[in-house]
Amino acid sequence: MKRILVGIKRVVDYNVRVRVKPDGSGVVTDGVKMSINPFDEIALEEALRIKERGGAEEVVVATIGPADTQQQLRTALAMGADRALLVESATALEPLDGAKVFLKLVEREQPFLVILGKQAIDDDNNQTGQMLAALWDRPQATFASKVELADGKATVTREVDAGLETLEIDLPAVITTDLRLNEPRYVKLPEIMKAKKKPLETLALASLGIAPRQRLKPVRFEPPPQRQKGVMVKTAQELADALKKKGVVA
Amino acid sequence: MSRILIVAEHDGTTLNPSTAKCVTCAHSIPGADITVAVFAADATGVAAQASRLQHVTRVLKIENAANAHAVAAVLAPQVAAVAQPYSHVFGPSTTFGKDLMPRVAALLDTAQVSDVMAAESATRFRRPIYAGNAIATVEVDAEAKIVATVRTASFEAAPEGGSAKVEVASVGTSLPTHTRFVSVSAAKSDRPDLQTARRVISGGRALGSADNFKLLYSLADKLGAAVGASRAAVDAGYAPNDLQVGQTGKIIAPELYVAIGISGAIQHLTGIKDARTIVAINKDAEAPIFEIADFGLVGDLFQIVPELERLLGK
Repeated sequence: MKRILVGIKRVVDYNVRVRVKPDGSGVVTDGVKMSINPFDEIALEEALRIKERGGAEEVVVATIGPADTQQQLRTALAMGADRALLVESATALEPLDGAKVFLKLVEREQPFLVILGKQAIDDDNNQTGQMLAALWDRPQATFASKVELADGKATVTREVDAGLETLEIDLPAVITTDLRLNEPRYVKLPEIMKAKKKPLETLALASLGIAPRQRLKPVRFEPPPQRQKGVMVKTAQELADALKKKGVVA
Repeated sequence: MSRILIVAEHDGTTLNPSTAKCVTCAHSIPGADITVAVFAADATGVAAQASRLQHVTRVLKIENAANAHAVAAVLAPQVAAVAQPYSHVFGPSTTFGKDLMPRVAALLDTAQVSDVMAAESATRFRRPIYAGNAIATVEVDAEAKIVATVRTASFEAAPEGGSAKVEVASVGTSLPTHTRFVSVSAAKSDRPDLQTARRVISGGRALGSADNFKLLYSLADKLGAAVGASRAAVDAGYAPNDLQVGQTGKIIAPELYVAIGISGAIQHLTGIKDARTIVAINKDAEAPIFEIADFGLVGDLFQIVPELERLLGK
């Protein structure tokens, strides 16, 4: 079966203003709204559009996380994924171990395409897709803003510092999404009801033969240095004078 | 002693300033011995530029026709092979380094520290998380090879005046052909590069159209500034993607940043908070951008910007 595997991560919602715990041991996540990482929603949307165009027969969504992550998988199923895999882990995995887990899922599911978000908005690492592609020894096209599939190949437009780059990659491959690839659909109530009946399988981390290792030990967390609020000026003339006085313009 | 390999970013002819910033980061580690590796079809010119950076001990040229364009899948096995005798492998946290370095780390079966903003020791690094809402300090296993990307806005470029020796290195590993460069469309511009400009004029959704962005270009030209944009402005099609400043765009540290019609979402602010002086012009007095601006002006940008252009510059 022509299958696309999509990875999603449960993260603190985009709109939550994150705060560091007073003791510096982490950030406050208790009672905070959790959502699918926005880049991963874009990844799922792209997979669904490929399937709707006839380019795939099945979209499988997978995540690694605590049991609560079922909520985000149900949302993904409501968006249109056919089935879901939860690799249960009480502790957060580093990107390298996350990539190793996904390699196991790739071996199991045999997708012709894996789509992941380019980064998670919690740890902002931007690593997992590239690491998976390396371990799998397959092409990667990161920061995608356009994906076209034909004849066992993908032509991918990537958002790079210089502008837009186009790569041609042989499938199977890993693609990671940038913001402008698409706009994810909204989930409607009937789909939420239907999603409850879709298959959601839970796998133990150990059953995949992965023993996660902590390679990066957190030492402390701090709030960023705050910029002081400056002065308000009333006119363009006052602004021009202030900038000249500070010496930032001639 | 730390033996640090830095993967040079370049376009085939010119060394990107991001490389000199990686050198400064590496040099902040006591006793660092710094090597810059230039992967190219013809590395001579870029290697000569790298050899003039202070604090660099040696420059390696790894030449191969397959290295004409920076394709991560092609470069990564070569970087991993060259990296063998080194304790650290650094690359810039630009789209070049973000694409390449995790692939290198995985081949070396080691972790990556992304977006290093400070090195407290050879194994302890500070990095922003949650769009810069928190700064994490992490300790890396000293037994493992340390792969990191360097947040360029946190470091000055290493000055010239060095004279490192240039050596040719060869890599025996076979290279994949499954990933092929097709093209890159870079906007040609006479303006300064956004990432390295001393002054940046940036526009948001309030500009209302691509045509109105010309107001900013005009002011920018008067000030010798680069032009940037918020995500909202890029999403709306007012400006191309390579102008986007923020969490998922460019992280910049100019001497002067002028935010025009930008409300100041946290994802945007994370891209500019290292700017020396921030100016905000917005019609909404409650816009969050005013909380971090050194100078704020509430009003109609369509009146203020032309007036400012008349008042400023040579």
